[in-house]
Amino acid sequence: MLNPRFGIHGGQYIPETLMNEIINLEKQYEYYKNNKEFNDELNKLLNEYAGRPSLLYYAEKMTKDLGGAKIYLKREDLNHTGSHKINNVLGQCLLAKKMGKTRVIAETGAGQHGVATATAAALLDMECEIYMGKEDTIRQALNVYRMELLGAKVHPVESGTMTLKDAVNECMREWTNRVDDTLYVLGSVMGPHPFPTIVRDFQSVISKESKEQILEIEGRLPDAVVACVGGGSNAMGSFYNYIEDKSVALYGCEAAGKGIDTDKHAATIAKGSLGIFHGMKSYFCQDEYGQIAPVYSISAGLDYPGIGPEHAYLHDTKRATYVPITDEEAVEAFEYIARTEGIICAIESAHAVAYVKKLAPTMSKDQIIICTLSGRGDKDVAAIARYRGVDIHE
Amino acid sequence: MSRIKDAFNSNKAFIAFVTGGDPTIEKTKEFILEIEKAGADLVEIGIPFSDPIAEGPVIQEANIRSLSQGTTTDKLFDMVKELRQVTNIPLVFMTYLNPVFHYGYDKFFKNCSDCGIDGIIIPDLPFEEKPEVADVAVKYGIEVVSLIAPTSEDRIKTIAENSTGFIYVVSSMGVTGTRSQITTDLNSILASVKSVTDVPAAVGFGINTPAQAEKISKISDGVIVGSAIVKIIAQYGADATPHIYEYVKSMSDAVHNVK
Repeated sequence: MLNPRFGIHGGQYIPETLMNEIINLEKQYEYYKNNKEFNDELNKLLNEYAGRPSLLYYAEKMTKDLGGAKIYLKREDLNHTGSHKINNVLGQCLLAKKMGKTRVIAETGAGQHGVATATAAALLDMECEIYMGKEDTIRQALNVYRMELLGAKVHPVESGTMTLKDAVNECMREWTNRVDDTLYVLGSVMGPHPFPTIVRDFQSVISKESKEQILEIEGRLPDAVVACVGGGSNAMGSFYNYIEDKSVALYGCEAAGKGIDTDKHAATIAKGSLGIFHGMKSYFCQDEYGQIAPVYSISAGLDYPGIGPEHAYLHDTKRATYVPITDEEAVEAFEYIARTEGIICAIESAHAVAYVKKLAPTMSKDQIIICTLSGRGDKDVAAIARYRGVDIHE
Repeated sequence: MSRIKDAFNSNKAFIAFVTGGDPTIEKTKEFILEIEKAGADLVEIGIPFSDPIAEGPVIQEANIRSLSQGTTTDKLFDMVKELRQVTNIPLVFMTYLNPVFHYGYDKFFKNCSDCGIDGIIIPDLPFEEKPEVADVAVKYGIEVVSLIAPTSEDRIKTIAENSTGFIYVVSSMGVTGTRSQITTDLNSILASVKSVTDVPAAVGFGINTPAQAEKISKISDGVIVGSAIVKIIAQYGADATPHIYEYVKSMSDAVHNVK
C-alpha cells in the first residue's frame, strides 16, 4: 500500500460511504501506475493530444531587465486546454476508464480543471458533471459555456461562499450519492489519500521534463524553482523531481489577495493553522473554533482555504518556502510578462512571476530560476481590465 | 454508567437530531426538553460547521442559520451544562472533525465529560482515522459512535466489533435528508452487525414518516431522524416547539410500539 501520510499531514478523513471506493481507487492506481499498457496509453495522450513535452523557454528579456539570475519559463500554458490541469485529468480519466467507470465528476474554481476534465471525458467517451461555485460561474462564464460545448453538465453551487471550497463540498456529496459508476476526478494535490499522491504523480511530468531540459540546455540543475500554489498541483508537479536535489530552492507563491494583514486573502501557509478538512490533515484558513474561513483572491484558481498535505510537509521540513503575493503584485506581473515576453499568462501563474521579479535581482547572473507558467491568461483578460477600471465586454 | 445504553434498554429507541443554536441557543434548549417530553430516547445536538459535507440542504442551512447567530462550541457546552440541571436524557454531539481538532481533543472531550455529553458522532472520522480521538475519548468516558454505510460490505464486522455507544447505520447513499424510499438491504447489514456485537444499531438518513420508522424499528434497535425535525424548525423558527412535539410524539410512538 502507498503511504497515506506526508509527515503528520494527509490521511483519509471522509464519510464511511466513500471508504471502500477510496480503498479500491488506491489498489487500482497501485496496479496501473506500473502497468506498461496504461503508461504507454497515457504517454501517447500526453504527447500526441496534450502537446507534451511543454517548452522550457529562456526568458532573455525578463532576465536582462531584472538583472540577476537566468529565468526559464516552463510553459504549461501551451498545453491543450491551456493549463497544467490536462496532465492530471488524462491520467485520472484513463484510470477511471480502466476501473470500469463510465462517469466522472469534478470541482472547478476558475474553470481550468473543469474544462480539462470535460475535454478528457469527451475524448474518452465518459459522462461528465462539473460542480462550480455560482460566484465562479459568473466570474468565468466563458468557461461554463466551454464545458457545455464539450458535453459536460455544469452545476452552479449555491451553498456557502459559492466558490471553490463549496464546489469541492458538493462534489464530495455527489460522490457519496453515486460511487458505483463514478470517479471523482480531483483537481489538485489535496483531498483524502490517495488523491494527493495520484495527482502529484500525474503532475510530476512537469519537473521530470524541466530537469531533462535544463540539464540539456545548461548542463546543470536550476538554483530555484518557482510556482503558484492554491491546492498546489502545478507547484507539486514542478517541485517533485527536485525534492532530492537539496541545492534547488523551491518557492510556492500563495494568494495574499488584498494583503495578509487584511481578512481578504487565501494565504494558507502564511496565515492558516493545522486542521482537518476535505479529507486531509493540512493547513487551513480557519477561525478560533475551526470554522473554515471565507478566503479571497483575484485569482479564482488560488481562492481555496487549504493547501495540499505534501506542501504542508515541505513547509514543516523547510524543504520549500511559501511566499504570499498580493493581487496588486500579481496584476503588475501579469502586465509585465505580457509586455516583456509577449506572454499573457494566467493570473494564477502571475503570482509566481511576481515572486521571480523579486527573487531574480537578488541572485547572481550565473544562477538559474525555473518558473512554471501553469496556464494561459485569456480567461483573465476581462478581470484584469476590470481591476484597472477598464470597461470591456467579452 | 452509560446513559446511551439506557436509551436502548427497555424498547426500540427514537433518536432525534437538532442543530445547536438554530434558531438560537435558548430555543435549542427548549426544543430538546420538548423532544424528551414527546418520548425521544436520545438527542443528537449538531455543533454547526461551516462545511458539513455529509449533510443535505436542510441541515446545511440550519448550520448557516446557527453560525450566523454567533453559535460557538463553547456556547453549546454551556447550553448542555444548563440542560443537565433539568434532564437526564442521553445527549450526543454530532459534528465534523475540524471543530473538535481545532478546539483541542483533550480540552474538547474533557468539556464534553464535564457538561454531561455522553457520546459523539463524527461523520468524517472513518474507522482508519479513529486513533485521532480514541484514547482521549476513553479517558473522559465519551462514546464515539461508529458509522456503517450501504457500501461498507467487508468493513461492517471490523467496524461493529470495535464500536461503542451505539452504531449509526446509514440507510442510504448520499447525504442527510428525507427520502420517500430506502432501497438498501438493511436486513443483511444489520445481520452482519448482530453477528459480532451486542452494541445497539440505529438506522438514520432519510427516515421521516411514522410508517418508515415503524418498519425500520422492526429490524433494528432504533431510528434516527434529523432533517425532518430541522425542516420544522426552518419553517416555524422560534414558534416550532408545539410542532416539534407533535411530530416527535408521532415518530416515537411508532418506534415504541414495535416490540
